[in-house]
Amino acid sequence: MAKVRGLLVWIASLAVLLLLPGLFDSVLSLSILNQMGITIIFALSYNMLLGQGGMLSFGHAVYFGLGGFMAVHSLNYIEAEVFSLPVILLPLIGGLFGLLFAVFIGSFSTRRAGTVFAMISLGIGEMIAACSLIFVGFFGGEEGISGDRTMAPEFFGFDFAQDLEVYYLIAGWVFVATLLMYLFSQTPAGRIANAVRDNPERAEFIGYSQRMVRFISFCGAGFFAGVAGGLFAINYEILTEENLNAITSGNVLLMTYIGGTGVFVGPIVGAVLLTLLQTVLSNYTELWQLYVGLLFVATVMFMPAGLTGVLMIHTVAWKNGRLRQLILPYITVGVPAFVLLCAIVGLLEMLQFYRHGVVGEHEMTLFFVSVDTSSVWPWIVTLLIAATAGYLVKALTPRLLSAWASANAPLERAKT
Amino acid sequence: MSFWRMAVLVGVLYPMCSHGADAVRIAFIDPISGTFSATGTNTLHQFEFAAEELVNKKAGVLGGRRFEIVALDNKASPRESQIQLKRAIGEGIQIIAQGNSSAVANAVTDAVRKHNRRNPANRVLYLNYSAVDPALTNDKCHFWHFRFDAHAEIKMAALTDVIAKQENIEKIYIIGQDYSFGKAVAAAAVKFLGQKRPDMAILGNELHPIGRVKDFTPYVTKIQSSGAQAIITGNWGADMVGLGKAIVDAGMNVPIYTYYAAFDGVTATMGKAGKGKIRLVHEGHYNPVPTKRLRDYHSAFKAKYPDHDLSNQRVYNVIEILAKAIDKAGSSDPLPVARALEGIEHTTLGGERVFMRREDHQLFQPLQISVHTDEGIEFDGDNSGFGLRTEESVPLENTLVETTCKMTRPQS
Amino acid sequence: MVEIVIFSTLNGLVTGLLLFMLASGLTLIFSMMGILNFAHASFYMLGAYFAYSVSLFLGFWPGLIVAPLLVGVLGALVERYGLRYVHKSGHVAELVFTFGLAFFIEELVQFAWGKETKNYQQPEILDFPLFTLFGQNFPAYKGFMIFISIAIFIGLYQVITRTRIGLIIQAAISHPNAVSSLGHNVPLIFMGAFGVGTALAGVAGVIAGPVLTTFPGMALVLGSIVFVIVVVGGLGSLTGALIASLLIGLLQSYAIALEFAVNDLLALFDISFDADHFLNDLWTLSLPQIAPVLPYLLLVLILIFRPTGLLGKRET
Repeated sequence: MAKVRGLLVWIASLAVLLLLPGLFDSVLSLSILNQMGITIIFALSYNMLLGQGGMLSFGHAVYFGLGGFMAVHSLNYIEAEVFSLPVILLPLIGGLFGLLFAVFIGSFSTRRAGTVFAMISLGIGEMIAACSLIFVGFFGGEEGISGDRTMAPEFFGFDFAQDLEVYYLIAGWVFVATLLMYLFSQTPAGRIANAVRDNPERAEFIGYSQRMVRFISFCGAGFFAGVAGGLFAINYEILTEENLNAITSGNVLLMTYIGGTGVFVGPIVGAVLLTLLQTVLSNYTELWQLYVGLLFVATVMFMPAGLTGVLMIHTVAWKNGRLRQLILPYITVGVPAFVLLCAIVGLLEMLQFYRHGVVGEHEMTLFFVSVDTSSVWPWIVTLLIAATAGYLVKALTPRLLSAWASANAPLERAKT
Repeated sequence: MSFWRMAVLVGVLYPMCSHGADAVRIAFIDPISGTFSATGTNTLHQFEFAAEELVNKKAGVLGGRRFEIVALDNKASPRESQIQLKRAIGEGIQIIAQGNSSAVANAVTDAVRKHNRRNPANRVLYLNYSAVDPALTNDKCHFWHFRFDAHAEIKMAALTDVIAKQENIEKIYIIGQDYSFGKAVAAAAVKFLGQKRPDMAILGNELHPIGRVKDFTPYVTKIQSSGAQAIITGNWGADMVGLGKAIVDAGMNVPIYTYYAAFDGVTATMGKAGKGKIRLVHEGHYNPVPTKRLRDYHSAFKAKYPDHDLSNQRVYNVIEILAKAIDKAGSSDPLPVARALEGIEHTTLGGERVFMRREDHQLFQPLQISVHTDEGIEFDGDNSGFGLRTEESVPLENTLVETTCKMTRPQS
Repeated sequence: MVEIVIFSTLNGLVTGLLLFMLASGLTLIFSMMGILNFAHASFYMLGAYFAYSVSLFLGFWPGLIVAPLLVGVLGALVERYGLRYVHKSGHVAELVFTFGLAFFIEELVQFAWGKETKNYQQPEILDFPLFTLFGQNFPAYKGFMIFISIAIFIGLYQVITRTRIGLIIQAAISHPNAVSSLGHNVPLIFMGAFGVGTALAGVAGVIAGPVLTTFPGMALVLGSIVFVIVVVGGLGSLTGALIASLLIGLLQSYAIALEFAVNDLLALFDISFDADHFLNDLWTLSLPQIAPVLPYLLLVLILIFRPTGLLGKRET
């Protein structure tokens, strides 16, 4: 039964992948979808380290970037007719080089987990990023390396000139890579990686070398990061130093963590959310990164299991059949919380406008309302809304908590 | 209260602002954050002001359409520019303006060329207002790229004319940023000095990483101890501020020949210490102001943006020439506009005649060589009292250079 | 050549001692709490920005006192209400928290002060050349930087080795549990250490702001190099941190001054390559180029072969 349901989920996601461009067919949404696909693979590969293996890496972009650089060089070789390869297989080249490099780095960095591993990954990341400005022949210096994906031999009549064709290429790879990574997490090796993460000593006692287990996860993560890099090369046709520097490494940590490291789909949620924030929210506000920062810090503090982790803790209530008891408390706390959030956002936006706006202009549009920041009233009104909503949240939260406790209380039946 | 809540809900469900339906939108892809944000932000204001003042306050283009500048932050990175370019295209913007860093320009011009080839129905026009790597209008030229600034070689030809006249300078040091522009400046300097002053010794030809050096003191130590009597640099933005600061701190007292050693913090940094030492080659006029139109424009800009400067005078040329071309073409579509831009002639706010050469899409214009000083300054930089005063002018005829560009033009 | 040596040494000292100011606080925090505080350089940035704002109204000198205090209080608050809260979620969560904090502070700084570089200037009273050698000035402000850093080193060293608090701190570094069972309030010590550590970073920010420019990316520039110093210097070793800081400062300034390339080395053996050789980047590799790589290479090598660092007593 579970197997059938699992199969259905995969078939459904494949259908969604195929149908998405029909729903979002503008040039903009296609490019967002493409970006999403690449980030999904990258974030999933990162979670092979963090979520499944318990290794916190600050240099995962290295494998992404190196894979991408190799792919873009391959594009140029294909254009120069050194060898020939359909574009669709290019991510494989990226993946193989990501893997190769991961084998090399992993051979010494996975000896330990924890801070030592984190620091080595940071050091390697900074080193490779610095090297990219030195070895101009390979990394292209400031300008990076560009290629042209349409120069590769046609694949069943597709030359991948259009973003839509690239979308299907990326979607195919997302499906395959996700499936493979999922299957890996189900293999004994993947299970043991969890065991090593949770209790390395015990894992050693039952006969598994924790180092070897970490090494295998590390290589897998390197491979899929390289695949994502190869897809990046196809989609953007350019790779630069930023593809392997600390900022890219940090971003992948950010989205994986926000999405949730404990659940397989967590990084997917994180990647989709962050890409949307990056591409859509940034159209409306200059402060989007501040909001992302807030979200990140709030996630680490209040929901260390990430967004999907928050959903997962409802399974007990759901299995108990008491999820319905939570709906009303959620709404009564949720609405004021949402208003509070909006009021805070409004205040921040008004402050930003007031401080950095053009001299002499006081009118700004906030949530479709025209606001005059030079008058005190909008400030007072927003502050009042925030205070009221804040009070309501505080007053109603105990009720939510007690509802939560009763919904999660063990069933009578379970006791007997 | 309830109205506010409604508004809040509506606001989250729908976009917060909408674009004017029939405005001609220009995507401004330049650094608004990061090391070079000062340069990008300042130029953005100049674009917004030029569009407002020179187009929107008048009749607009094509009988009433406004110009709208859409700022997209590329953090001075070629890769991020590619992403922003895709985004601009996705939003249906057909005109791209970019200028800071030739590394970015090389990526953008390449991407625009590829995009237009693959999507003939959905082309874009690339207006390069500041990236001066000569290759962009030579080997890498294409029909959709237009450059409004004199390129590195043209500028270096003018600068070296001035340097060559300084009999007392026998030893010179070249320092620049390690990318195509810095390399182009260095190559042009070596070439022209070799022709004009074969006796001059070039003591150093140094490239440093762009935007990464925070303390230039070690470089200045090296320049100082080499015994150089003059410095040539193409540094811009934060890299020029840093270099200038280190030179001032070390008490080096030699002339500095530059491309961009003014505004965005450089003028304030150099201040009194740089007086009479910095020479800069540029288009347009700061002091003295040749025409009333330019004075009015400049004053109006300073009134609206008291903390910013009219640092890139070519920006108003870009906007005026673009408006002219759109009106001439009778359409804002890239192909007719590009055709109208080819060979277009124009008289600038400063009263100078300029033209866009058909062969390579390079704008040719008179150049000025100015000195950093506080005497005879009407419009200063960084509100420091110091500014640029024109010392020599190079007429348009003397700026014409050959090109290797072989342009292919689309038929439709 | 002599002038290059003298000035490169001086430049290296200035950079190195500045790094030490940052690293001393981080070492303190890291060795006591076992947390590599990713946001440490962000507190350094906050120091610079606070001091800039104060200097607009009161001038440079009040900023030198007020800004580090503000930063220290902020740091203590972060420990009390942030880190201690996250602590229960485990070690990885703590690291991720400080990383998120670094990201957040950078955005906050851009929100509060804007994205552009701030014109934060050194005090005019120090705006003169301290001395002139071979026609080259050494600014008094840099002399002041050296003086402050050395004063901090001596002060910290005295506190740690000579006072009762220092003894407790030393004990807390090596045997935190034992200290706790002896009845000391370890959480309070942690909060204090975090506050003092971040305040030290604040001092570094105040002093470095005018020299290294005050802009939102200033934390990122120094962020990882400080880790290198702490790890290389060794856990809990102030002297180790000092040595590592100076090592890296001198490395950076000498590498730019001395232009040796692989080519020169090969030329000694009469080997040369064409410019279009496909490994040309390797043959023309010069010291200024590889300088930025060396600290991180050192970090990785130390972690692999000597996890205790140069002078550390415990493993990282």
